[in-house]
Amino acid sequence: MSSRTRTVFFLCSAAGLAFVFAWGIRDLPPLGDYRGPYGNVVTQVAVYERHPTDVVNAINYDYRGFDTLGEEFIFFASVLGVLLLFRPAGDEDKKGKRETKLEDALPISDTLRVSMQAMVGIMIVFGVYMATHGQLTPGGGFQGGVILASAPLVVYLSGNVKTFEAIVSSPLVKLAECGGAAGYAAIGMAALLFGAHFLTNIVPFGTTGDLFSSGTIAVISAVVGLEIAGGFVLLMQNYLREIIEERLRKEK
Amino acid sequence: MLAYLPYAIAAWVFLWGLYGIVTSKNLVHQVVCVAILQTSTYVLLLAIGYKVGGTAPVFADIPVGTSVVDPLVQALMLTDIVVEAAVMALLLSMVVKANELAGTVDPEELRFLMG
Repeated sequence: MSSRTRTVFFLCSAAGLAFVFAWGIRDLPPLGDYRGPYGNVVTQVAVYERHPTDVVNAINYDYRGFDTLGEEFIFFASVLGVLLLFRPAGDEDKKGKRETKLEDALPISDTLRVSMQAMVGIMIVFGVYMATHGQLTPGGGFQGGVILASAPLVVYLSGNVKTFEAIVSSPLVKLAECGGAAGYAAIGMAALLFGAHFLTNIVPFGTTGDLFSSGTIAVISAVVGLEIAGGFVLLMQNYLREIIEERLRKEK
Repeated sequence: MLAYLPYAIAAWVFLWGLYGIVTSKNLVHQVVCVAILQTSTYVLLLAIGYKVGGTAPVFADIPVGTSVVDPLVQALMLTDIVVEAAVMALLLSMVVKANELAGTVDPEELRFLMG
């Protein structure tokens, strides 16, 4: 199919899709006129039932905890996929271990170096705060994990490539990635030991507004934070290696 | 009409993303189009959950029973944003490998199978 035919074909289908979509939203309530019962019900009962203050995370890690487990494993599988695609080819290196050192990275500008150095500590603290306070304020494991994972990148941008190399090649990164994914499932399984259903919130709920409240919501949020942080660090490490290897190959 | 504008924007973003995927001449550009297409779902979900006068569904400093927007659609979205980033990374790593193996990132020229 030539690209012109394809575009024409697409435009016809798009017109059809747009028509069906317009037809579909015709009977939706107008913006701001929220009618669905679920949002109203859950905001009324969540705080009393599970003792969190952030209902979004109560839904994420409790009411639809099983779904989030699935989403977490999509993330896990994606990271595994990247690792698999960027693995060293068999004939290049028989041991299957990558020899490329990240120290071969291109030098970083002074502006970045100076401005980034001060941010590392702040980012780590903020990331941990986000991941552990998901039950109280907006945030949670997914957001906190991404912020935590950015901290090593900021270390890299501040010019401490050796430190970055040490952080990202530490076995703790992989442990966080795998332990985080397994931890979520393990918390779900733990409920089975107490004769409850999978992912039932079995930990005592505590006092609403306390750091240690809302039972498994807080625990799962922290565990997810670990996994996301580990996953993104692995992604960054592999992409950086790939970029450096590509450059070295071209220089040869 | 304004009441249905966000739904229309969602459809608009979705169709442009789709148009980009169909006509793309570069796999990296195509991956970005997939990301754009996916953001249309955020617009749609947020529009569905919005309530006039509703505030954020966090009861840290407001009493329970205050009118808030639907937290359900927000919970659906926030995991998706992070997962999407990882899926983008996976897609881009495929592009890198395609470029290594075939020497091109033009989907038109990638019309062969390699075992």
